[in-house]
Amino acid sequence: MQKILILLGFACFFIQSAHGQDDLLSLLGEEEETTDYAIASFKTNRVINLHSLENTSHGVLDIKISHRFGMINSGWYELFGLDAASIRIGGDYGVTDNLMVGFGRSSFEKTYDGFLKYRVLRQSSGAKVMPVTLALFSSMAVKGTRWPDPARENYFSSRLYYTHQLIIGRKFNESFSLQLSPTLVHRNIVETESEAHDVFALGSAARLKLTKRIALNAEYIYVAPNQIAEGFKNSLSIGFDIETGGHVFQLHFTNSTSMIEKGFITETTGDWAGGGIHFGFNVSRVFTVHRPGN
Amino acid sequence: MKKITILFSLMGLMFFLSLDMQAQKFFTREAKISFYSEAPLEKIEAVNGAGTCVIDFESQQMEFAVLIKAFQFDKALMQEHFNENYMESHKFPKATFKGKIVEPNAIDYKSNGEYDVTVEGKLTIHGVENEISAPGTIIINGEEIQVNSKFSVAVKDYDISIPAVVRDNIAKNVEITVAGDLEPLK
Repeated sequence: MQKILILLGFACFFIQSAHGQDDLLSLLGEEEETTDYAIASFKTNRVINLHSLENTSHGVLDIKISHRFGMINSGWYELFGLDAASIRIGGDYGVTDNLMVGFGRSSFEKTYDGFLKYRVLRQSSGAKVMPVTLALFSSMAVKGTRWPDPARENYFSSRLYYTHQLIIGRKFNESFSLQLSPTLVHRNIVETESEAHDVFALGSAARLKLTKRIALNAEYIYVAPNQIAEGFKNSLSIGFDIETGGHVFQLHFTNSTSMIEKGFITETTGDWAGGGIHFGFNVSRVFTVHRPGN
Repeated sequence: MKKITILFSLMGLMFFLSLDMQAQKFFTREAKISFYSEAPLEKIEAVNGAGTCVIDFESQQMEFAVLIKAFQFDKALMQEHFNENYMESHKFPKATFKGKIVEPNAIDYKSNGEYDVTVEGKLTIHGVENEISAPGTIIINGEEIQVNSKFSVAVKDYDISIPAVVRDNIAKNVEITVAGDLEPLK
């Protein structure tokens, strides 16, 4: 009898002390696991020339002003290219968190371009695990330069170029992200019969974060052989992203003059080995135009 | 037979005691934690509606926890920078508070009313723990308990650096508001 009472006494004491524990939140039990989406795999929606796996967020307008100066090997007379500049002014808008549209005008070949980019899969961990982000990108470009031979019959369709791209990438850790961009560029008209209307290429890009606000980016686009004219090179670009509040400044060196897909993928002329590279920058400024309700 | 009777009555007593003790604890998983920063160039506000909180009125102790990534901002980029550059939520996913009502026997949780209290304890943000003291009110209405508090923290106390370029966009002191409707923890 006594033994039982003593045991019960201990039990009571034990239960009381269990209630008196100071880790109160543990009383709520295991938390429901949440889905943790990877954010900021790249600082902005462009790596350098290539589109990154990032989308402009819903309701955000991203105004981009991009310059490529002349080639560095043009020497002192041209102040290593700084006397000349090719410009693209454009804007991207997030229609939803997964769909963005963009429009731009390049001084190079007086080209207008418009695109749609849709994020199909988003890298996440936790309750829902997805190892990669996958986006589809399609753009159209309209070359605006005057017809070389206005006397002949010219068709508007001859000015058109299309690009379709799959963007697949992953943020491996806080500082390193990598993506691949298999691409198809379609050109309605080409200069010679030896050039392909459909050009297949594989873009690759990486980001290495150096500090909280500075990242090193590199991209390379391999164009499968026998598709583009002799003399055109694969595009290689290296640069830095510098972020200050609402701006991202991208400063880089690239052998491509054009800042749109059909140009930098199929018409890159610069040769890195011979100093055929441009210094350039993209400035991105975001404006929250529409605030999706919290 | 007698032994068994005593045993059962004791067990009944224990059961009753434990019930009584549990009713002194209240909780919520939907506490609204928000903060507000007012600087010359920008006002920043973010809200998190999924704060967890448990208060034990017997010991007068309380705990809060909130996921940093669940703070919602008006501007998407701000939210990204908040997580990536300032709070480093990949390293420090949660902010927590563990504290105690200072006034002895401040609250009779069985009688309705509004009680003004002072809470002291450890606030952990960005992996840095600081002792804080904050005023609060606790409103008791039957089994519904409402808690409210508003206090200010210095950003630099939590090892969060504000670069010079955004010095006029982010306040040095940020006001934190806590509001929760608690129910009994059974």
